[in-house]
Amino acid sequence: MTLTRRALGATTLALPLALAVGACSRSAVDATQAATSRGPIRIWVSNNEQELAWGEAVTAAWNAEHPDEQVTLQEVPAGASSEEAISAAIVAGTTADLVFNASPAALPDWVRAGGLVDLTTFEGGREHIEQRTGERARNYAEDDGEGGYYQLPWKSNPVMVMFNKEIFDAAGIDPGSPGMDTFESFLEGARQIVGSGASHSALWPAPTSDFYQPWFDFYPMYLAQTRGTLLVEDGATTFDSSDGLAVAELWRALYEEGLAPKEESTDDAMTMGTTAMQLAGPWAIATYKDQLDYGFMPVPSADGIAPEETITFSDAKNVAMFSSSRNRLTAWEFLKYATSEEADGKLLELSGQMPLRTDLLHTYPDYFAENPDYSSFADQADRVADVPYLSGAIEIWQRFRDEFSASAIFGKKTVAEGLHDAAEQIDSLVQEGAR
Amino acid sequence: MTITDTTPRLQAPPGPLRRLLGKQPFGLGLALPYIIFLATVMAYPLIYAVYISFFDYVFTAPGMHIDHPFVGLENYRTALTDPRVLESFRNIAVFLVINVPLTVILSMVFASALNAVTRWAAAFRIAFYVPYVTASVSLIGVWMLLFSQSGLVNTILGPLAPDPSWLVNDALAMPSIALYVTWKQLGFYILLYLAALQNVPKELYESASTDGAGIVHRFRHITVPSLRATTMLVLILSIITGANLFTEPYLLTSGGGPDGASTSPVLMIYQKGIQQGNPDVASAIGVLLVILVGALSLASTRLTKES
Repeated sequence: MTLTRRALGATTLALPLALAVGACSRSAVDATQAATSRGPIRIWVSNNEQELAWGEAVTAAWNAEHPDEQVTLQEVPAGASSEEAISAAIVAGTTADLVFNASPAALPDWVRAGGLVDLTTFEGGREHIEQRTGERARNYAEDDGEGGYYQLPWKSNPVMVMFNKEIFDAAGIDPGSPGMDTFESFLEGARQIVGSGASHSALWPAPTSDFYQPWFDFYPMYLAQTRGTLLVEDGATTFDSSDGLAVAELWRALYEEGLAPKEESTDDAMTMGTTAMQLAGPWAIATYKDQLDYGFMPVPSADGIAPEETITFSDAKNVAMFSSSRNRLTAWEFLKYATSEEADGKLLELSGQMPLRTDLLHTYPDYFAENPDYSSFADQADRVADVPYLSGAIEIWQRFRDEFSASAIFGKKTVAEGLHDAAEQIDSLVQEGAR
Repeated sequence: MTITDTTPRLQAPPGPLRRLLGKQPFGLGLALPYIIFLATVMAYPLIYAVYISFFDYVFTAPGMHIDHPFVGLENYRTALTDPRVLESFRNIAVFLVINVPLTVILSMVFASALNAVTRWAAAFRIAFYVPYVTASVSLIGVWMLLFSQSGLVNTILGPLAPDPSWLVNDALAMPSIALYVTWKQLGFYILLYLAALQNVPKELYESASTDGAGIVHRFRHITVPSLRATTMLVLILSIITGANLFTEPYLLTSGGGPDGASTSPVLMIYQKGIQQGNPDVASAIGVLLVILVGALSLASTRLTKES
């Protein structure tokens, strides 16, 4: 048929053109030249108000001192999560020079994709990172802490239990000393909150299937219960155990008894007073300070652990340099500048988030004296654990979430079955090198 | 005597270039921008996705070279043995079974009714069309409020309200999405039917009325057969848009919940390809979806074709 043949002919002409256009948009950077090159750079920071204010302050100060190496601040590209937008930009070669909001869970895959620069290739790189963060920095390095650093551990948001004092009061729980440090007392307190009619729910974490949701329900309690055992250690899962079961059973009870709703909240449940507690980091103080009378307590464990020994999820966000950077020496020097003691102090002051550096309470005594609410987080920041450094981590967390949803949230199987099935799948992924 | 040669002159056969470009190469030139557009955003990604689905593939930064070994049908095996992927295809079957017939029937009935209305016709048409042109994100927010545990629908239903509520109920989550999509898209399909109804001769209805045919008879024996070509279009479009369901399970049921009961294949593609960095398996799911949609579209074409 003539028409078909003609269409085929036109496509034959057009397709190579399309392929050529596609190919042109991806061009590699000469890494050797870029490593010693200086010039203007772009940085990405999170789009929340406080971090943008910090970014603007730091770049303005840098730009005033470095007229030939200007830094342009941009909000990290929008997406359901910034990780997927950054992943797409890495493939397209359109990343900025630095990102100040990288989730450690996504980092190994970006390294595998060739999207990041090893910061130890810069003079004094390893020393800067390890002096600033201390021994904990090694959790973010390749090869179990012995290899390169493709990320600079930047800040943490230690997860604690935030509660609404008025609701606690109404439920007959002493907000000054809630006494909910064990799973049993936590569950009892939750029953009291809902049973008394003080609130529609005791706590309302998002019961959605997003891969990162375990970081705000199961994982902080699991870290507390196991005193810092990661989800996967030494190439095998750790949670198909009595500790994992104890944590998952608590969540199952909370959902089964209607103390935690199975539906996502259509508004901010804390602000609306439809829930009494949430697992949150210090960012929550800035968000809720004018809206409710709040308190914080450490995440509970089965038998109760003293607050000064409780380990929780770090919810860290780190800094990474992209391999698309053409002026890497400037990028590295700006990175050091933006993670100096002074810049970290500014971050603390503007956002309330904890810089991942040693001994925060003694480094910024004035700040914590003026802002006592943040002191408990600064103290907690010394006892945090993060996600394990794994290739394919997002798929691993997704499998965990799927099984946790099926068992603990929706009760389609027992939590023992859920944890066992998740462990089996994740072990297989870890062994395969997560594909 | 003059002898006239009446034998028709044989033209020289056209060259291969002429055959390729046709009699009017200028016309082809005018169409070329659109052909390039299609080749760039449709043909190239589709061919590339089929290619990726046969390799162990990961996306990389420019200049980074990783081996992508040929794995044959391995990615298809991975996709087809993943219970979540199979569940997503089952979910979409439930969706199509509810959404497609409902769309065809309701849009045809409403279009016929709107065609007969003389007063406030424009207002009614706009009312049906507004959901279609409104962003799904904002409409979903309203539906979440309506169908949540303590939402308006459950308040009205009182003791008859389902437990668990609509959007977190295994059996009701996908039907709820199907109803939402039917409602949202209805305006567009009504518009298609309204346009088609303008071509149905009024004399047919008048003759049928004279012969004593009632409104149901006229609808069944005149309207429905006259709209056969449009029905075929509506069927194909609703199958394609339905099979590519993403926004609704992503937002309305919080990522395909409860526990995967409303996951769609496109949501799985997004999770595996974009979030988890497994574009090879995601492409295999995509190819399977294209085959399924193609087969369903072909079946619906056959079904509605006039003999």
